[in-house]
Amino acid sequence: MPKELTYLEAIREALVEEMRRDPKVFILGEDVGPYGGAFGVTQGIVEEFGEERCFDTPISESAIVGVSIGAALRGYRPVAEMQFADFISCAFDQIVNQAATLRYRYGGRASVPIVIRAPSGGNVSGGLYHSQNPEAWFVHRAGLKVVAPSTPYDAKGLLKAAIRDDNPVIYLEHKYLYRRAKGSVPEGDDIVPIGTAAVRREGNDLTLITYGAMVVPSLEAADRLAREGVETDVIDLRSLMPFDKAAIFASVDKTSRALIVHEDVKTLGIGAELSATIMEERFQALDAPVMRLAYPDTHCPFASVLEQANLPNPDSIADALRNLAAY
Amino acid sequence: MASIKRTKFKLSGEQLLDMFYWLKLIRAFDERLSILVRQGKVRSGVYTGIGQEAIIVGTCFDLRREDYICPLHRDLGSFLMKGVEARQMMAQMFGKSTGLSKGRDSALHSGVPELGIFGNTSMLGANLPVAAGLALTFKMEKTDNVVVAYFGEGASNTGDFHEGLNFAGVNKLPVVFVCENNQYAYSVPVEKSLAIDDVADRAAGYGFHGVAINGNDVLAVYQSAQGALRRARAGEGPTLIECKTYRWHGHSEHDKAFYRTKEELAMWKSRDPIPTFTTYLQQLNMLASEKLAEIETRVSSVIDEAVAFAENSPDPDPLEATTDLYA
Repeated sequence: MPKELTYLEAIREALVEEMRRDPKVFILGEDVGPYGGAFGVTQGIVEEFGEERCFDTPISESAIVGVSIGAALRGYRPVAEMQFADFISCAFDQIVNQAATLRYRYGGRASVPIVIRAPSGGNVSGGLYHSQNPEAWFVHRAGLKVVAPSTPYDAKGLLKAAIRDDNPVIYLEHKYLYRRAKGSVPEGDDIVPIGTAAVRREGNDLTLITYGAMVVPSLEAADRLAREGVETDVIDLRSLMPFDKAAIFASVDKTSRALIVHEDVKTLGIGAELSATIMEERFQALDAPVMRLAYPDTHCPFASVLEQANLPNPDSIADALRNLAAY
Repeated sequence: MASIKRTKFKLSGEQLLDMFYWLKLIRAFDERLSILVRQGKVRSGVYTGIGQEAIIVGTCFDLRREDYICPLHRDLGSFLMKGVEARQMMAQMFGKSTGLSKGRDSALHSGVPELGIFGNTSMLGANLPVAAGLALTFKMEKTDNVVVAYFGEGASNTGDFHEGLNFAGVNKLPVVFVCENNQYAYSVPVEKSLAIDDVADRAAGYGFHGVAINGNDVLAVYQSAQGALRRARAGEGPTLIECKTYRWHGHSEHDKAFYRTKEELAMWKSRDPIPTFTTYLQQLNMLASEKLAEIETRVSSVIDEAVAFAENSPDPDPLEATTDLYA
C-alpha cells in the first residue's frame, strides 16, 4: 500500500527497512541516537534497533567517515550522517583520499560500501554554514557516487540503492524539501537505480536539466512557458555521478536546446560538465548554445532578501527558458 | 652497544630466533630497496624504516591473522609479518602488475583485507579513525580480535589523531596505538612539533594508558605490546605505546637529511636493535655462528628471489590505469 510521506519520512523509512533487511547496516553521526538527529530523520530508530546500530559520535566528522571506512572494510554498511552538508568539508580527506581511492590502490581487492548522508541546500535562512551545496567537489573525484533526490519516492528508492551499492555514495538530501515535499511512497523495495534520471514533464521544444530543490521551480517555469506555447522536457537528474547521459541526449536530440538549472554555484558546477558533455557529443543536434542558470559565484547569505537574490526561482528560470527558445 | 636485560618471557628459543629472522629480513628488504633506488630500478616513494625494525617485530609478533594492522609508510615489515609474500611487496615497490596495487601506487598504500592489513594514504594520521572503525566491528561482534595502528610523532599533531584516539577512548575499542617516535617529521625535529617530551602523555587526554619505551629493544616492545594486546582483547580499551627510535635514512631515499648531525646519527646507530638482540641471543647460547649464517642465507635468498620476481614481472596493462575505480 503506497503511503503519503514527506521527503524526510521517506528517508527514515528507507533507513528502517534497510536496517531490518541487513544486520550489517548501522547509523552513526552527531545527535543521531536518542535525540533522533538535528532534523529528526533518525527519530525512533534507537527504539527499534538500539544504540549499537544507531549511535552518537563526538563532533568529529573526519572520524565519522574514517570509522565508517574501517567498518565497511569488515563487511558492514555504515550510513554516516553529516549534520549539515556544510560540515562535510571537515571529512574531506577521508572521503576523497581514503574512501574514493581505496578500491583502486587495493588492486580491486576491496571496496568501501558507505553512505554519507548530507543535508544540503539553502532557502532556509541557514546562512553561510547551513546552506551549502557541495556536490561538485565530490563529482570531481573518481571513485565516489553522488545522488540528490527531489521527491519522497526517490529519497527512499535512492537511499536504498545507495546502501546496497558497494561504493562510497554521497547522498545529498535537500533540507528545504524535508517537510515541504510530500508524495506517494510504496512500502518495500522500490529501488531507484543510481545513474538514472527521471523525466518529470515532457515537451518537444526545450530541455531543462535540473535536480534537488530546483525541480519544483523548474516545473513551475515550464508550465508558464507552456501557456506561452513552448513545451519543455524537464529532466530530474537524481544522480549526479554517474549522470544519465542517455536520458539527456534523448531529450536534446528531440529539442535541440538545453538549459541547466542548479542551486550550486555556476563556475565548475554540474552544469559546466553537462554542458561540455552535450556540446562534445551532441553538437550537431544543437540549435542554440547550452545555457546555465545557477547560483552566482558567492556564498549563501543569511538575510532573506540576499538569499532570494541568489537563488534561481520560477521567474528567473522562465526568463532563461524564454531566452533559450528565442535564440 | 646497548644491552638487553634478561626478562621473563614465555618465548621459546624458536620464537626468539623467529624474531631475529624478522628483524634481519625487514632490515635486508629496506637496505636492498635503498640500493635499488640508487640503481634507478625503483623510482621514488621509498621510505625505509631502517633502525626502527624492533617496533614492527615486537608489536606484530603475537598477532593473529584475524587481527588488523594499520601500518604507516615505513612499516613494510608489518606487511611481511602479517603474511604478504616478500616477492609481492617487492613487485609493489617496482610498480609491477604483480604488486598489491597492480602498479597503481608504490609504497604501502595498498591493503589486504583477508590478512587484516589496512593500507593508509599519504595523509599521516588518517589511518587512525579507520583503525577505530575496524576495532568497532570487533567490539560489535564480541570477538577478542584487535587492531594495531601505527603513526609517527609527527602525525600525533593531526586532527585525525585526535578524532581517532578520542573515538577509540570513548568507545573503549580494542586498539593498540603504536607511536614510532623517530625524532623527525621529515626535517622537523620533535622539539619543534611537540610541546611535551612524550607523545605517550597524550593518551591521558583520551582516557587510556600511555607508555613511552625504548623502541630499539625488541623485547621491551614485545613486552609492552603483550600487555596492551591483552588489555585490548579483554575489552579494557586502547593503549598508546610510544616507541622512541630513530630513522637512519632520510625521510625518503631522496632526502640527504642534512638537518641532523653525524654525531646524532652515530649515537643512534650504536643503539641498533639488531646487534643488540644478536648479542642477547648469543649470550643465551642460542645463536651459534652456523645458525646465524643459516638465517642470513635464508634472508638473502628471500630478498634475491623477491627482486628477481619483481624484475621479471610484467608491467601493468595501461588499461588498468582506469579500472578498479568502482565495484
